Amino acid sequence: MPSFYHETNTIFGTHRNPVLQWIFTTDHKRIALLYMGVMFTLFFFAVSAALTMRAELFFPGQQFLDPHTYNQLFTFHGVTMIFLFIVPGIAAALGNFILPLMLGARELSFPRLNLLSWWLYITGVVTALSSLVSGHGFADTGWTFYAPYSIRTDAHVLSTLSAAFILGLSSILTGLNFVVTIHRLRAPGMTFFKMPLFVWGLYATAWIQVLATPVIGITLILVILERTLGVGIFDPTKGGDPLLYEHLFWIYSHPAVYLMILPGFGIISEVLPVFTRRTIFGYRSIAISSASIAGIGYLVWGHHMFTSGISDMARIIFSLLTFLVAVPTGVKIFDWVATLYKGSIILATPMLWILGSIVNFTVGGLAGLTLGALGTDIHLHDTYFVVAHFHYTILGGVVFMFIGGLHYWYPKITGKLYDEVRGRIAFGLMFVGFNLLWFPMYIAGFLGNPRRYFDYLPTFTIYHQIAGVGAVLVAFGLLTVLYNFYRGLRSGKEAGPNPWGGTTLEWHIPSPPPLENFSKIPYVDFDPYEYENGEPVVEFDEDFRRIR
Amino acid sequence: MQQEMAYDMQGNPHPVTEFKDDYSGAKLGFWVFLLTEAMMFGVLFLLFFIYFYRHTGSFVASSGDLNVWLGGTNTVILLVSTYTMGLATLMMRRGKIKASALLVGVTAVMAIVFLCIKGTEWNIDIDHGIYLGSKALGTMNKGEILFFGLYFVMTGLHGLHVIAGIALMGWVLLLIRSGRIKPEHTIVMKNVTLYWDFVHLIWIVLFPLFYMIGV
Ligand code: HEM
Ligand SMILES: [Cu+2]
Repeated sequence: MPSFYHETNTIFGTHRNPVLQWIFTTDHKRIALLYMGVMFTLFFFAVSAALTMRAELFFPGQQFLDPHTYNQLFTFHGVTMIFLFIVPGIAAALGNFILPLMLGARELSFPRLNLLSWWLYITGVVTALSSLVSGHGFADTGWTFYAPYSIRTDAHVLSTLSAAFILGLSSILTGLNFVVTIHRLRAPGMTFFKMPLFVWGLYATAWIQVLATPVIGITLILVILERTLGVGIFDPTKGGDPLLYEHLFWIYSHPAVYLMILPGFGIISEVLPVFTRRTIFGYRSIAISSASIAGIGYLVWGHHMFTSGISDMARIIFSLLTFLVAVPTGVKIFDWVATLYKGSIILATPMLWILGSIVNFTVGGLAGLTLGALGTDIHLHDTYFVVAHFHYTILGGVVFMFIGGLHYWYPKITGKLYDEVRGRIAFGLMFVGFNLLWFPMYIAGFLGNPRRYFDYLPTFTIYHQIAGVGAVLVAFGLLTVLYNFYRGLRSGKEAGPNPWGGTTLEWHIPSPPPLENFSKIPYVDFDPYEYENGEPVVEFDEDFRRIR
Repeated sequence: MQQEMAYDMQGNPHPVTEFKDDYSGAKLGFWVFLLTEAMMFGVLFLLFFIYFYRHTGSFVASSGDLNVWLGGTNTVILLVSTYTMGLATLMMRRGKIKASALLVGVTAVMAIVFLCIKGTEWNIDIDHGIYLGSKALGTMNKGEILFFGLYFVMTGLHGLHVIAGIALMGWVLLLIRSGRIKPEHTIVMKNVTLYWDFVHLIWIVLFPLFYMIGV
């Protein structure tokens, strides 16, 4: 059967030219791959920037970067990692590919809108990167663009701001598409509580994209107008209030961290049942906790502003609410652990990444509670402790989940298998490297090493050097993953439709899937993860009628 | 096209929703989109209220400088235009295609008149030296700077929405002519009408905020 690699729907009829077939495709699977390609290229650029910073930080004092270049470098690293990579990340790449397959749908609700989102994404990428090669160089504000500095600096903030705005638009449209798809195109019989948990993660994410992104969009526009026309809304000399900027920024950006994490949580909830061969524990509580994390996530932005001069009352309330978010997150983690308990755990590569991410995320999350507590935050604010915290959650957590998901769905996407041993080695390198890289930064930060500096006091040397070694291991780990995927494509074994014994709908169609996924739409009257004696319960015949 | 069915284990048929021509999906999508618009304007309203609370005196005084009559006329124009736009969809559903197209055209003309009046107003302000970043504005007190800053940003953003609305109406006319909007197939038109309702609703809130508090 021809797969979606052989034929496609495009926006302008059919094209002979394969490049045009790709960039004008309206097939969600191809668009997903387009996202993946661009995103991971950018990811590797941003990692290179990070390694350069790490090299500079290997010894105290100035080596080969001047302070201004360092500022631009970490802004580039932060902006790329956040806005270009991890925020669109899992949803736009894996979500785009898997969501319709899991729902039993032939497409997203708005295929052309999906293509438009991708084009906007590319426009955003080009706009952001254009400032690297033109004018005064990349922005030096950090990825948060705090006013009034972002109004005053003469670096290229305008293009970065516009880029973030365009990317926001792209993200809104993806979210909208997902919301409608999930509401409308579930296969007959699939109620909300019969959806796979990855879909639940994407659903919660999509609502955050839709409701929070416009807030940052208009805020960035105001900063743009501030710089070009001098409106004065955030400029204290004109009566504006920079604190309001911080509020508006974090009203988006705090939920945005859940936007990165929730789809990742979804991946965990997919991989765990398959590699423990049992139904996930507490399906409903996981689904509902995704939704409540998304909900409570809106109310806690103030924890980024404990030292900014907001009132004591506000600080106490925000601190309290912050602890509340830990509750649904904790529920999830306990559910996962309970699933592992007495399961016959298969330590295949996707499973290793998932387990690693749970460990890292828990460490990062607990550190987050330290930061959510008022007293300790005053001490730790703007130190490397914070940097370690968010790298633990985002890199050690979300990126690990992402890579785990890529391994998990690799056979579905490519139709091939990667090399298992190489996969495990890559994981080992990354896990050890990652912890070497960031754990010392907790200590350095606790002892008072401030963040966002290109230099540090000699007493902190040892921590930075251990981190430097860890960074090299991480780099090798990533390259091994890349190489493994490449080899798999070139000479991997045929995967077949269901190499892992998965139960969700995508494992019932050929790998790689045909153009419109399902020849017949199945009727779904079963729960997503049903196993009996280690085997999936549900079976379909070739007509997609359920026979078991 | 025949309705596709999915069969359960007992062999009962269940209708499948296809992504093509999914009327309810298109409607839901548009509502979600309007929600994002509401969030965006919501932020600006929030800023307005915060600064109004801090500089009530100057806000009321500056509001008195705006021309209530021009703003009021515009409000009436928008009110009537949502009515004609709604009527256009109704006509389309009843199969009166000519009347429907005519009403869309009338709505677009009213939107253009709205913009002209808005332009005149802005011109008067600019003649008085009041525009974003102007010298005269710089010498005023902070409340006034903020008031006019918000005034230009918010009415400007609303104006952009009106322009988008006009473009959409032109598109609707084209679609009617080429027969892609028909009495049985009105989703695009329905959504444009909804959009225009939203644009008018925003103005209904903007008008009292900027023009009336100083009266
Ligand atoms: C691959 C390994 C990575 C390394 C070696 C690394 C290293 C660094 C370093 C050295 C800094 C600067 C700290 C400072 O000067 O205060 C930094 C900042 C940052 N990193 Fe990473 N990072 C990595 C991956 C990631 C990932 C995957 C993300 C998110 C998806 C990320 C997001 C950020 C952000 C948002 C900042 C803050 C930038 C700012 O303050 O404006 N990093 N990272
Ligand atoms: Cu936060």
